[in-house]
Amino acid sequence: MSDAATNPMREAIASAIAENPVILFMKGTPEAPACGFSARTVAMLESLDQPFAAVNILPDPAIRQELSALSGWPTIPQLFIEGELVGGCDIVTEMYETGELHKLLGVEAGAPVQASPAEPAADGSAPLSIENLL
Amino acid sequence: MSVSPDELKNRIEAAIPGTRAAVSGDGHHFDAVLEGPAFAGLSRIAQHKLVYDVFGAELGDRIHALSLKITPTEA
Repeated sequence: MSDAATNPMREAIASAIAENPVILFMKGTPEAPACGFSARTVAMLESLDQPFAAVNILPDPAIRQELSALSGWPTIPQLFIEGELVGGCDIVTEMYETGELHKLLGVEAGAPVQASPAEPAADGSAPLSIENLL
Repeated sequence: MSVSPDELKNRIEAAIPGTRAAVSGDGHHFDAVLEGPAFAGLSRIAQHKLVYDVFGAELGDRIHALSLKITPTEA
């Protein structure tokens, strides 16, 4: 009757989380965050030179509704690494400060961030697949 | 329809036994510093959910943002 089987939005969100090693659900975009907490979370990931997929939850209230139903987490942003909810801005900040985030992402805490030419995956396929449902 | 920091403090302390809360905020955005034995042994996610569950759907609605700093203490 309910949930994934009959809920394409939730299914799309679940697939995006499964398919992207690092995915951030946020208000606005990495280039133009629409909320201070989302902006701070983006800044931390970018300071680690960490490519990540990003989904803007603002265009459709259903994204946030289904995301929170799926994750059990009420607020935005939400960071997922390897399919697991890491947390929102507070938790990401704490983990950034303690170096746990670096460890989880496999980057050396305190190491100079290498200039990577890799394109951030901010406009990757997962966000599109969700936005295509709008 | 703003919310007072005292309301949040009182509701958190009432709902999570043994917790001490210091809450500041502007009526919409709040910072809460919490400590208590209820958080001991829980993951960060679980610690935050314990507090989020106190407010349910009010979070993101009448409570626009609630930033948490949680320190577990010995029971």
